[in-house]
Amino acid sequence: MALAFDEYGRPFIILREQESKSRLRGIDAQKANISAGVAVSRILRTSLGPKGMDKMLQSPDGDITITNDGATILEQMDVDNQIGKLMVELSRSQDYEIGDGTTGVVVLAGALLEQAEKLLERGIHPIRVAEGFEISSKMAVDHLEKISHKFDFSATNIEPLVQTCMTTLSSKIVNRCKRSLAEIAVKGVMAVADLERKDVNLDLIKVEGKVGGKLEDTELVYGIIVDKDMSHPQMPKQIEDAKIAILTCPFEPPKPKTKHKVDIDTVEKFQTLRKQEQQYFDDMVQQCKDVGATLVICQWGFDDEANHLLMHRNLPAVRWVGGVELELIAIATGGRIVPRFQELTTEKLGKAGLVREKAFGTTKDRMLYIEHCANSKAVTVFIRGGNKMMIEETKRSIHDALCVARNLIRNNSIVYGGGAAEISCSIAVEAAADKYPGVEQYAIRAFADALDSVPMALAENSGLQPIETVSAVKAQQIKENNHCCGIDCNDTGTNDMREQNVFETLIGKQQQILLATQVVKMILKIDDVISPTEY
Amino acid sequence: MAVEKLFKDEATEEKGERARMASFVGAMAIADLVKTTLGPKGMDKILQSTGRGHSVTVTNDGATILKSLHIDNPAAKVLIDISKVQDDEVGDGTTSVVVLAGELLREAEKLVGSKIHPMTIISGFRMAADCARKALLDRVNDNKDDAEKFRLDLMRIAKTTLSSKILSQDKEHFAKLAVDAVMRLKGSTNLESIQIIKKAGGSLKDSFLDEGFILDKKIGLGQPKRIENANILVANTAMDTDKVKIYGARVRVDSMAKVAQIEGAEKEKMREKVQKIIGHGINCFVNRQLIYNFPEELFADAGILAIEHADFEGIERLALVTGGEIASTFDNPESVKLGHCKLIEEIMIGEDKLIHFSGVEMGQACTIVLRGASFHVLDEAERSLHDALCVLSQTVNDSRVLLGGGWPEMVMAKAVDELARKTPGKKSHAIEAFSRALIAIPTTIADNAGLDSAELVAQLRAEHHKEDSNAGIDVITGTVGDMSELGISEAFKVKQAVLLSATEAAEMILRVDEIITCAPRRREDRM
Repeated sequence: MALAFDEYGRPFIILREQESKSRLRGIDAQKANISAGVAVSRILRTSLGPKGMDKMLQSPDGDITITNDGATILEQMDVDNQIGKLMVELSRSQDYEIGDGTTGVVVLAGALLEQAEKLLERGIHPIRVAEGFEISSKMAVDHLEKISHKFDFSATNIEPLVQTCMTTLSSKIVNRCKRSLAEIAVKGVMAVADLERKDVNLDLIKVEGKVGGKLEDTELVYGIIVDKDMSHPQMPKQIEDAKIAILTCPFEPPKPKTKHKVDIDTVEKFQTLRKQEQQYFDDMVQQCKDVGATLVICQWGFDDEANHLLMHRNLPAVRWVGGVELELIAIATGGRIVPRFQELTTEKLGKAGLVREKAFGTTKDRMLYIEHCANSKAVTVFIRGGNKMMIEETKRSIHDALCVARNLIRNNSIVYGGGAAEISCSIAVEAAADKYPGVEQYAIRAFADALDSVPMALAENSGLQPIETVSAVKAQQIKENNHCCGIDCNDTGTNDMREQNVFETLIGKQQQILLATQVVKMILKIDDVISPTEY
Repeated sequence: MAVEKLFKDEATEEKGERARMASFVGAMAIADLVKTTLGPKGMDKILQSTGRGHSVTVTNDGATILKSLHIDNPAAKVLIDISKVQDDEVGDGTTSVVVLAGELLREAEKLVGSKIHPMTIISGFRMAADCARKALLDRVNDNKDDAEKFRLDLMRIAKTTLSSKILSQDKEHFAKLAVDAVMRLKGSTNLESIQIIKKAGGSLKDSFLDEGFILDKKIGLGQPKRIENANILVANTAMDTDKVKIYGARVRVDSMAKVAQIEGAEKEKMREKVQKIIGHGINCFVNRQLIYNFPEELFADAGILAIEHADFEGIERLALVTGGEIASTFDNPESVKLGHCKLIEEIMIGEDKLIHFSGVEMGQACTIVLRGASFHVLDEAERSLHDALCVLSQTVNDSRVLLGGGWPEMVMAKAVDELARKTPGKKSHAIEAFSRALIAIPTTIADNAGLDSAELVAQLRAEHHKEDSNAGIDVITGTVGDMSELGISEAFKVKQAVLLSATEAAEMILRVDEIITCAPRRREDRM
């Protein structure tokens, strides 16, 4: 390791405790990083596409997750390698930004890294490679814009949206009933969408799951489902035209934040205190009753006495409702969250057409349905399924489908799936490569090759001959000038994705290419890895 | 250049074939484990807990066995989970679902071995499951409109469910108990209102259904032992020292005299409370919480029966049975609904004294008192009865009924087999495999009964080749018999749940091509 000496010959300490640190430099560092990135992407490669396989992950506590969602796999994978972590981040940011295509982005990044390694071996400087990739990614994104289609849909015609969601769902285990799930997702998104502003707040869609039943029983509830039951077993189980008081204060005597002590030293004081206490409870319940509430939903618990008083005054109540749910209920019912009993007024009550408690199975599981809300801008997707892992996986799949539907509402451009978009980009980038003089030309060509790897993986996972299939599709695209040709994963006999109705969102694809290129650039720029060796 | 380390220490990764094998092996091991408990002649398992006391459970209930296992294999955990869900959802068939999933995977393993892609197998399985379900739907019996016949159906289902359990000796007796109890519920699936009290001693035959309500508590000292036309107040309130609930309150006194005064005031407060309670015009008071000696004495003075410390479920049930409400404040006696019953008395079961409420208003709830030689027998009897009750209550809602004794499996297998012949392509192998897996269930039942399974199943298949056959395995005589004559029935809902969740689980495990196990979380206290 390099040492610097001052004029008296004493060494400067540049890196503390050099002996206990391992260090990789130059081309070795790049190669090590690349191979780590490729290794991560290779794990995900088999999960791509409608015939992709799942991964089973066992968490440190022994819980099992079975999934095919790239972001989830990577997040739970316990990756220790620094570059591996970068890939995990990459998939996560795709998940946050777009919600779908989390596997694709990692596979693409892996392919780019593989190509980059070849170029490095030929002695091309990593920065030049990175620049070449940057140029080509811009070209690819522009090209996508060109080949994208605008997509007409309206509140009544949701068919195109459903088709796109189906493409997303077809790679998951739930593809058995992808049609109904896609419809649920689209209807859910449409219910909360703000079509004017072209925005969707996905927080308004709650995804709740309960084991038991079958996947086909999954339903969309125009309202909220809370995994709670009435605080008193004898309260009515069904309330029509409910007026809901949403409280964040407990049904208990107030607890001032400042430290205080109430001293009792005489019998009189003891008695007044007792009276006051009873008064408190009475007042609280009365206040709720006075404003006309017929249901109380509270974030905190109740005292037994308060509970009975509520029951007594015929005021059903639900306790220990979580903060997020409380907010959703407030949004859905058009009520306000009230932090003090004194501030409770009639206007602040939420309204719902029907509140009912529903029991499941043979155990005492009960859930509270709040339906026909005043403001139906909050919906719940209620998932049923055979086992816990199934429910979790369905939740993730629904999340993906919701994100896709949202993206389409934001930007209604689509590209064709099944690898068609990638092949088309690859052709365009390849053709443009020749116009660039200099070393970048090689990098651009390599980029085009890397783009091919996504359809290649698709074909491989579907049990087709990868090279033959991809080259045939490519030739077809060029010959017919038809950019809708993709890989026929489901063996339907046609590879025109328009006929198969396989769509993906434009922003999703663009984001994939941009994010993958960015990460690859970052990895390529690293030329020195210093890490503490472990003992 | 190879990647030195991608995962953390101790994290392992298994890929492709190896991963698939690991999950197949794990799942089949679990299925084989519970396989021997299937059917009327299935054997039991002893489970010994590792916790303190090394308590022992003897059971034949699939869900109970699997719940107590400590499994490391991820695929096995999937199977355990489906069994648990089956238990929660329909209550019975917990063994069948695991055995079927195991058989499906066993068949799938062979197919994978002959180079058929898992995805092809899955799509074949899906088609087969769909077809099997339709076949069952075609053959269901629905006697909902005929009360007489429906009751007979229920009796048969109860008997079939119980026949594989410890209660099989007295299944007639218990089937009647279970059916009576469920019929009282009038269609609700709320099994909480059926109370099961276990008392060691006597024989299983001495178990009985009581139409009233039995509370496993003693009556306070010096209080009446028998009350006719009781008015009951069911309460959940503190009857020890009524705490001041205002935050930060504390008592600070400067002389002994004042302590006495405060104590007096406290006593006065309690006396007032008791007076208020008595003011309801009651002669029985049941509280969820403790009742201290002082108020208890007050109640005794007023001739009121006071029962303390009834647990939460007991209170809820009592409120349900007597039609009263659970009260916590006592200021407006006129509006509190009191519970009523004709007679409260202390009864003896074995050596224990219990309180018996009879002639209650709401006829919904009832109590089943189980008697048996030992706690293990009682525990197992309770589990078996619970299974039967679950199945019955589900059947009351969904009254479709099938025949039992391997009949549904054969019907499904036949339909699936026909589908396989019609389907072109590799999928047909998977469909065929599905039908083989279905047949494995009657085979196992016969095997467990020590019969010649190959011979019997072949006969059965020949029988089923005729249209509308009712043939199934008659385990008692060891031959193929007519199930409708023998009166062996099963609930459609259970069979459907078994079919669907087993297929779903098999599909999930088949789709996996890589297992990544994280490093186990370190437990600091073990070091």
